[in-house]
Amino acid sequence: MQFGIFSVGDVTPDPTTGRTPTERERIKAMVAIALKAEEVGLDVFATGEHHNPPFVPSSPTTMLGYIAAQTERLVLSTSTTLITTNDPVKIAEDFAMLQHLADGRVDLMMGRGNTGPVYPWFGQDIRQGINLAVENYALLRRLWREDVVDWEGKFRTPLQGFTSTPRPLDDVPPFVWHGSIRSPEIAEQAAFYGDGFFHNNIFWPADHTKRMVELYRTRYAHYGHGTPEQAIVGLGGQVFMRARSQDAVREFRPYFDNAPVYGHGPSLEDFTDQTPLTVGSPQEVIEKTLAFREYAGDYQRQLFLVDHAGLPLKTVLEQLDILGEEVVPVLREEFAKGRPDDVPEAPTHASLLAAVKKETVSS
Amino acid sequence: MKLVVVSAGLSVPSSTRLLADRLATAVKRETPVDVRVVELRELAVEIAHFFTNGFPGKALAAAQEAVAGADGLIVVTPVFSASYSGLFKSFFDVLDKDALVGKPVLVAATGGSARHSLVLEHALRPLFAYLRAVVVPTAVYAASEDWGAEGLEGRIERAAGELAGLMAGLSSSLSVSGRSAVGAAGAAGASGAAGAAVESPGTSRAASEVPAARGGGDAGFEVVPFAEQLAALAPKR
Repeated sequence: MQFGIFSVGDVTPDPTTGRTPTERERIKAMVAIALKAEEVGLDVFATGEHHNPPFVPSSPTTMLGYIAAQTERLVLSTSTTLITTNDPVKIAEDFAMLQHLADGRVDLMMGRGNTGPVYPWFGQDIRQGINLAVENYALLRRLWREDVVDWEGKFRTPLQGFTSTPRPLDDVPPFVWHGSIRSPEIAEQAAFYGDGFFHNNIFWPADHTKRMVELYRTRYAHYGHGTPEQAIVGLGGQVFMRARSQDAVREFRPYFDNAPVYGHGPSLEDFTDQTPLTVGSPQEVIEKTLAFREYAGDYQRQLFLVDHAGLPLKTVLEQLDILGEEVVPVLREEFAKGRPDDVPEAPTHASLLAAVKKETVSS
Repeated sequence: MKLVVVSAGLSVPSSTRLLADRLATAVKRETPVDVRVVELRELAVEIAHFFTNGFPGKALAAAQEAVAGADGLIVVTPVFSASYSGLFKSFFDVLDKDALVGKPVLVAATGGSARHSLVLEHALRPLFAYLRAVVVPTAVYAASEDWGAEGLEGRIERAAGELAGLMAGLSSSLSVSGRSAVGAAGAAGASGAAGAAVESPGTSRAASEVPAARGGGDAGFEVVPFAEQLAALAPKR
């Protein structure tokens, strides 16, 4: 099982000091956080993609390429890559390039983006969100798998004899996750292709996540990729930890109360009760995260959000130390218990390449 | 049949709730119904949190489910500032946009004076028309002076009769057409069609082993088989 972190890349004032980091500071902080993730033994760093303030990560492969140069093991991913407003040709090129630079340590998560105005800025319409995700991704797959592509569709200018360069590393396209919180169409799309499905459950009660994951698993089996239990599932999580639970609550409360997403809304207590957010001791985080398996089944990837709401870099790095030293080792051990042998790990470049070679030999 | 009564009265006891109960009792006299009352006062905090969180608390989720599963609704609001109350509107803002499609709805309101009675026609009826509900012709307004006067009981009887008639008529005709037929018949009928229509990239299994796409089977979601979704985008030649 893979453990990692995902960042939204928000520039938010620290409510305890009133200070807002500069864009440069925030971007450099994201890089420092990614490097720390590798240092403490996490497996994945994923960055969001945004094209509006107060967010900085508009150019994920630039950032991930820079991180790739300074890391050895970390898998570089996205949360999410906008399959609706990006040109699928540019996604194919950017991520193939990143694959080569990062020696295959790359996958990506498709998402639609829920910020209405971003669509027209890129010549699109949010009402076509699902259709854009369907058509653009179908093209992206072909660009990675066919050397020469003739293509015509509804949303993009046609292609005649087009070759996307560079070709994917070892002719193995990056593994793709599809992220969706509410849309059964996306679970269906992920299932159809046998791709991964990531449910970003961090603002949602367990029963909703359960239904979406069940739908994906059922349809994954329907399309003949394996049993429902073998489908590739990822989940989010959101944590703030201190050795003593009450210290964590006291320190995190001002960040929670003023956070852009849920600030000035529910109480910290209600939110931790109803969603995956855990504010407390490492042991509490371990218990809550292990419980995800009860409703999502044995899954492949767990990403935590640790760096939002204006938390200072120093604090985030401390959180990563706790994750790496006290939480993830226990989670690895506990999640492995009772996990059936035929439940696969999340695909990596190495495993996908091995599968291709095996297929070539047997045919 | 299930009748859900949505009352936006704020005081206890409230004249809005009183009117809601009188209407529900009158419907019961016309046709056998199970009545469930949703008091928005008790959901006010969860409704506000829904706007900031994006997901419902337990009690609100139960109320949303009740409304979605109802065969008919009675909705009653006090008149605030020349319209329905904000709480009343907020409840309908947090429903699924298709939750009321095709459902008979009796609209009613209370107010301190009869001068606001057209709120029913100017505010409530357009709201439920937008939500594609079937609004019964008679809307019932009760001003303070109406409670002791002649006329209110007659309007209650007439509106209740109209609602009962629509509920009975629509619930029998919906087995042939309409939205709820998709939920009921889709689960049983779609499996063969979906199995046949889907081109699986991997090994295909017998349609009987796999759950149906569309209605019912898959955790309550309606799913358009992916091949159909993709085919709809293909350029027409």
